[in-house]
Amino acid sequence: MAAGMIKKTFLAPLGKDNPVFVQILGICSTLAVTNKLENTMVMTLGVMFTTALSSWTLSVMRKWIPSRIRMMVETMIIATYVIIVDIALKAFYPEMWKQLGPYVGLIITNCIVMGRIEAFALQNKPMLSLVDGLASGMGYAYVLLVIAFFRELLGTGTLWGYQILGSWWTNWSIMIMPPGGFFMLAIFIWIVREAVFKEGTK
Amino acid sequence: MNDILFPLAVFFAAVFTNNILLTNYLGMCSFLSVSKELETSAGLGIAVTFVMATTTAINWVVYHFLLVPFQLEYLRFIVFIIIIAAFVQLIEMVIERYSEGLYFALGIFLPLITVNCAILGASLFMVIREYSFMTSFFFGFGSGLGWLIAILAMAGIRQRLRTAKIPLGLDGPGISLIIAGFMAMAFMGFNGMITIS
Repeated sequence: MAAGMIKKTFLAPLGKDNPVFVQILGICSTLAVTNKLENTMVMTLGVMFTTALSSWTLSVMRKWIPSRIRMMVETMIIATYVIIVDIALKAFYPEMWKQLGPYVGLIITNCIVMGRIEAFALQNKPMLSLVDGLASGMGYAYVLLVIAFFRELLGTGTLWGYQILGSWWTNWSIMIMPPGGFFMLAIFIWIVREAVFKEGTK
Repeated sequence: MNDILFPLAVFFAAVFTNNILLTNYLGMCSFLSVSKELETSAGLGIAVTFVMATTTAINWVVYHFLLVPFQLEYLRFIVFIIIIAAFVQLIEMVIERYSEGLYFALGIFLPLITVNCAILGASLFMVIREYSFMTSFFFGFGSGLGWLIAILAMAGIRQRLRTAKIPLGLDGPGISLIIAGFMAMAFMGFNGMITIS
């Protein structure tokens, strides 16, 4: 296995195959926690852990899974890792676990995890699948972190809970409410796609 | 609030003030990809409503009579998703056998539902908020109905938008998200109508 292949697999989801703004996958479970940077960080780490390890596990087992029941097996594998995340969070970081509520469990139905398994891990070697899963998780994470950065900064004037903007700042409370998440994601997709189209016409 | 009114309050809250799609972002994937046509949206929405109401009730029974007594609460993710998948499969078989018309109207949407986060989300919310059986059923039913209303409104708007001039980069998911944002703002107008914790 060439090092170049690994590099290519790693870089694609960060740019031209980004799961969020190119494939519009899996925004369900995580957009809801982007009103705070800290929550988003923890949540996206959970997603990265799950995508990477479930891709790897499935890739190891791929030759023994009958194709008729593979969806069921995939769901089981994903759910196992999500349960690990949930239990670890509950044990080591109970306040965060309470805040995230049901959203940790919803990583199971996050289309990215299943999508990467179906599209990549079923055909590729374990190491490569691990890299792909990790990179997809990261491509997903940085988009959401950018969104969370702006939502928290504009919505409350804080970052990671620390006050950044002074008393002159009027909080845009719409940003931390549900519509803010929709608007931020739309603007992000708009900017990225506009840039991609410009590059394409050159 | 008393036992009879509370489920109803939860029901209306789930439809309007706490719409599962517009305040919790659940079920976004199918919301964005299926909302191109009014008819298909209605089909999917009805299927979601039905499955959500029934699986929330089934999951409540399984959680409280099977998982809690054996202290297996941490297995709820796996158990819920299996129940949802199995239930959807069962419904598909029943509809296929007894009603061909319904099968062609709803059948194609059923596999999509298993991966709809809103279904699992409703079950997880009901556990965290410690709802009773009746309340859970009405919560699931209301959430599904709220989802149906949201996707119908979205499909209607998108049909009108087909002739509109949209900036290239915003076309597709971008404009849908902006519409969803405005819809969420409109639904915020219901705030204060019902307040539940």
